[in-house]
Amino acid sequence: MPRRVVIILSSVFPLAAVLAAGAPVPARIEFNRDVRPILSDNCFYCHGPDASHRKAKLRLDVREVALAKEAIVPGKPADSELVIRFHSNDPEEVMPPPDSNKKLTARDKAVLERWIAQGAGYQLHWAYEPPAKPAIPADANAIDSLVARRLAEVGLKSSPEADRRTLIRRVTSDLTGLLPTPEEVDAFEKDRAPDAYARVVDRLLASPHYGERMAIGWLDVVRFADTIGYHSDNPRNVWPYRDWVIRSFNENKRFDRFTLEQIAGDLLPDANRETRIGSAFNRLLLTTEEGGAQPKDYEARMLADRVRAIGAGWLGQTTGCAQCHDHKFDPFTTRDFYALGAFFADVKEPVIGRREEGMVIAPPEQEEKLAALDREVAAKRAAVAALTPEFDAAEAEWVSAATAQPPTGLPRAVAAALKKDPDTRTARDQQVLRNHFRTKVATIGREELAALTAAEQERKTFADSLPHCLVTEAAPKKRAVRILPRGNFLDDTGEVVTAALPGYLPRPDFGGREPNRLDLARWLVSRENPLTARVVANRLWQQFFGGGLSRVAGDFGAQGEPPRNGALLDWLAGEFMDRGWDVKHLVRTIVLSATYRQTSVATPEQLAADPENREFGRQGRHRVEAELVRDRALQVAGLLSPRVGGPSVKPYQPDRYWENLNFPPRDYEMDRGEAQYRRGLYVWWQRTFLHPAMLAFDAPSREECAAERSRANIPQQALVLLNDPSYVEAARVFAARIVHEGGATADAQLHWAGKQALQRTPSASETKTVSALLEEHRRIYRADPAAAKALLATGDAPLPAGLATDGLAELAAWTHVARVLFNLHEFVTRD
Amino acid sequence: MLDLPQVPAALKREWLELETRRHFLGRGSKALGWAGLATILGRSAPHLLASTAALPDQRPHFAPKAKRCIYLFMAGAPSQFETWDYKPKLAAMFDKDLPESVRGGQVLTGMTASQARLPVAPSFYKFAQMGKAGHWVSELFPHTGKVADDLCVIKSLHTEAINHEPAILSMTTGNMFPGKPSLGAWLAYGLGAINEELPTFVVMTSKMPVRTNVQALSNRLWSSGFLPPEYAAVSLRAGNEPVLYLQDPKGVNRDVRRAMIDGVNDLNRQLFERVGDPEINTRIAQYEMAFRMQTSVPDLTDFSDEPASTWELYGEKAKEPGTYAYNCLMARRLAERGVRFTQVFLRTWDQHTVLPERIKVMAGESDQPTAGLLTDLKRRGMLDDTLVIWGGEFGRTVYSQGTLRPDNYGRDHHPRCFSMWMAGAGTKPGISYGETDDFSYNIVKDPVHIRDFHATVLHQFGIDHNRLSVKFQGLDAKLTGVLPSRVIPELLA
Repeated sequence: MPRRVVIILSSVFPLAAVLAAGAPVPARIEFNRDVRPILSDNCFYCHGPDASHRKAKLRLDVREVALAKEAIVPGKPADSELVIRFHSNDPEEVMPPPDSNKKLTARDKAVLERWIAQGAGYQLHWAYEPPAKPAIPADANAIDSLVARRLAEVGLKSSPEADRRTLIRRVTSDLTGLLPTPEEVDAFEKDRAPDAYARVVDRLLASPHYGERMAIGWLDVVRFADTIGYHSDNPRNVWPYRDWVIRSFNENKRFDRFTLEQIAGDLLPDANRETRIGSAFNRLLLTTEEGGAQPKDYEARMLADRVRAIGAGWLGQTTGCAQCHDHKFDPFTTRDFYALGAFFADVKEPVIGRREEGMVIAPPEQEEKLAALDREVAAKRAAVAALTPEFDAAEAEWVSAATAQPPTGLPRAVAAALKKDPDTRTARDQQVLRNHFRTKVATIGREELAALTAAEQERKTFADSLPHCLVTEAAPKKRAVRILPRGNFLDDTGEVVTAALPGYLPRPDFGGREPNRLDLARWLVSRENPLTARVVANRLWQQFFGGGLSRVAGDFGAQGEPPRNGALLDWLAGEFMDRGWDVKHLVRTIVLSATYRQTSVATPEQLAADPENREFGRQGRHRVEAELVRDRALQVAGLLSPRVGGPSVKPYQPDRYWENLNFPPRDYEMDRGEAQYRRGLYVWWQRTFLHPAMLAFDAPSREECAAERSRANIPQQALVLLNDPSYVEAARVFAARIVHEGGATADAQLHWAGKQALQRTPSASETKTVSALLEEHRRIYRADPAAAKALLATGDAPLPAGLATDGLAELAAWTHVARVLFNLHEFVTRD
Repeated sequence: MLDLPQVPAALKREWLELETRRHFLGRGSKALGWAGLATILGRSAPHLLASTAALPDQRPHFAPKAKRCIYLFMAGAPSQFETWDYKPKLAAMFDKDLPESVRGGQVLTGMTASQARLPVAPSFYKFAQMGKAGHWVSELFPHTGKVADDLCVIKSLHTEAINHEPAILSMTTGNMFPGKPSLGAWLAYGLGAINEELPTFVVMTSKMPVRTNVQALSNRLWSSGFLPPEYAAVSLRAGNEPVLYLQDPKGVNRDVRRAMIDGVNDLNRQLFERVGDPEINTRIAQYEMAFRMQTSVPDLTDFSDEPASTWELYGEKAKEPGTYAYNCLMARRLAERGVRFTQVFLRTWDQHTVLPERIKVMAGESDQPTAGLLTDLKRRGMLDDTLVIWGGEFGRTVYSQGTLRPDNYGRDHHPRCFSMWMAGAGTKPGISYGETDDFSYNIVKDPVHIRDFHATVLHQFGIDHNRLSVKFQGLDAKLTGVLPSRVIPELLA
């Protein structure tokens, strides 16, 4: 039993407890930091923004009302009804009421009293104030000095820089999702130039895998998936959007442009194929093909889904509750909800039923062919058109002859038209006659017509073979949007609303014009919007530290968490906007900071004082995302396909995992060849039955927008790494590399394997453990060649040619060494 | 077998105290089980960490009656007319129009909205009073009839949802939109594990007796929603790999597996010595848990230790993996081994047409194993603390969908009333609660909203549904949601 566990735990637990409940009441109370969370948690439910639920007409979120009702008497806590009530012993009087299940702690009460004594000053909710970029001394790194300032305030120190191997392993994983090669690690360890690290960062930022890494988080935010989500959970065509996201990050598309293309890629003045693919964003929501489904139900669901996406992706606001009632804690009203939803009422789509195939997306090498086919169709159509005078003359001749003496066996409509006096024939009659003449009678132009049909057919066959993507197309007439009382889609009594921006945030005047999606997108990334830049900067920070500056990345409202280091978040947001929403600049700024480069090994003091690393006096350590766990194993095995983009892929999956899917029932057909070895972010995203290996490592189902992922540590993860054929196959292929490339002795091979998998040589005691394991397995498999053969048959990858029985046993034994490496905590951890 | 780092007793006591005060970021759990360990040292759902107040102490709020629950979910919605809501007056109403006054403004689903008439369809099946309590039992359930005195039948359940997917979600998660924790996840979260080698929450889907009108089932029905992922159900499958990835790779025997896990744990311990990250110890423990499961699950699924009387109770079909009968027996074996919540799904109750013929098949599939399970639990003394629930997601219409003959009719969805029953764990045996009108169209007495039903289930586990909550998206989210709901005391012994 390592002694250290006890020491650390026994010191951590009580201290954390003290911190949580007994933090001293600050001398100077700050409304947003100290008071708002208490009021929001305990009082706003009945005395907050929701008018329909408000009790005694008292609201505590608006100072004027609280003062007018004498709930708060500035400077006089003892005269304030609020204080009198929370001290009351009378169950009828006391606040919060006993049946509310809310309770103020002694500290809460002390904070409120001191705040009132100090004058009861309010602040606008922190996230609604425009970010105020703090001034930084000219030669200082902004991030480091703001972190240092905060650490000094709470009496903590920053940590030393991580060692070179950890640093390059960390930054490579954070920026590309991959592990550095042993050569890259060696080169960096030797490169003592002052800019060595910056050059590594720039190399990684220029890698095509950077976009893949960055895409993972964004795809969670926009709930990207290959299937529709509800009921049958059938497939739909959206993967080109995923590639668009990857491209956007690789090209370092400005975040404001990135936003515009997604929400309004079809409405941009310079709309093109690329921006239209971006507009697939509006189609990523859940839809249904259920036969008996109520259109009104799903129309309401779809509207809500889109509003939540804007709330989660850009505004950091939880909006879902406002579908039925005004937000209990934030100023977001039901009207705001439906008015925001009304921006999307022009999206052309079926409410119930199969989605269309979508826009044809020809890959660059096919574009020319498609264009050529289009030209061909146009030429053939022109050739037919050129015959019009000839057709017209012949048609007139035939009609007059047929009128005089109608041929027999004519279709009824044609015969009827012919019977009429030529002067009384309607336009429809004439069309009937024309169609009949051209298709059944005329002998001229036969060749031209056949050529046109053939050209059109060829074009269609080719286009059908190309990828498609659902995109946004604006319908000429918008759906009417009504406020649904209590969210009830059957209730038609609600007021009709038009598109409008939330009333509680600064917004432009559209001069009476109804704004459209483009206006919405522009507003989201406008300077006057206080939220978007903060929300995005916070998510980026989360990616590079394992936790955001505000820990609740999806909620910047009153029930979220004000950032402990608000100045830093404001600086990042301000810098982001000042630099033209330059994502790579912000990423580079973060990863170059000394704060990012700190070690992640916590001292006992740090663990005691800041167990959750909220102050960033060290780096975070966390298990990497589901996709990256897979990438690491395939990469180390040498199996990983480096190809960027393409249709989603289906790796090995347990039999019958999809057996509960229906309408129609379907079999999982796994991919073969290169498609079997693609990166995790390309794995087929079946919302109701996400690949179980991905699910085990907390990949979200993407039914809802997710700004952050859980990070569980559960036995299923062990089972996946131990037994999923993808990992067993990777281990045996890695084993073959170890045997062939690792050197002459077992020790050399083991060191080589350590460098590949962990980017370091194993310690003497690790070597001892693994060598013993290797020996034991050699013995087992030499005695049982059939078992060795069975193990090595896992997966599609070929075995090295010409293996003798001894070779099989050797390979099987090393396969277990490789499995041990893949199962290590260190292997799946970024530290 | 390698030893886990031993936690000194004094430190364990300290943890317990901390849990009691709900202080330490919710990492409290007494049982080092499936869902417990991760919360002691690990970290997971990030939004939960933002609030120290929102985490459970994994102790009941008051003395529980139920330790375990087996929920037999009849997906697709069995008709109440042929099962538990006897309506004798309908016989005289055959093919008469449903009075408008009864129907009120009820919306019809897409399936019967366009129908010209809504003609009354009486049950084709007869009812008889059974047991001391005199429950009216349909002739479709002869075996269940024999245990009628154990049943607490509710005839007045109601819901808002009229389509299957939202309705099943409402029953399983309390909310018709995806993303909420299921009942089993709430229980696992609120109470923790009571065993050390199996999951706390298990779900099984049964083979379908007929392949028609079958509802899709999905992970979201047993997901942990916004609770940490360790509280989601583990799906127990029929066949040779009951738990996903449980089987060793080919060419790996138990000794090889043990040696390998020892190697992994040894290296992980060495890493822990260097960096002191408690997450590493959680990882070690999870590998031990995985190893134990690889041993205990095969034992669980090996029915050779069952006495001959088992097959008399559950029927021969219980020998066929994946059948409902097999799953009922498995549910008992799971309950014996300390699995807290087992949910068995049986689908294809969605009889829009040809109802008499099809419901007979379904009742035949369900009747004997269900009754067998109750009897088995009782003879083993387990019914006292095992709550058994049988029911679907909504009711069906009194009027026929499509053809109407005395022996052939269909019934559309009906959310305003439906029947379910509970048994064991302190529910009142032999009673019938709630009444519907003569058309089983509207509730006339003692309505039970599904929220009330959920509140009552939690209550049997010693949980106050208002107090089991976590902060999610600004709200103290609960299984029973924000609208009023209550425990129904009349259902309790």
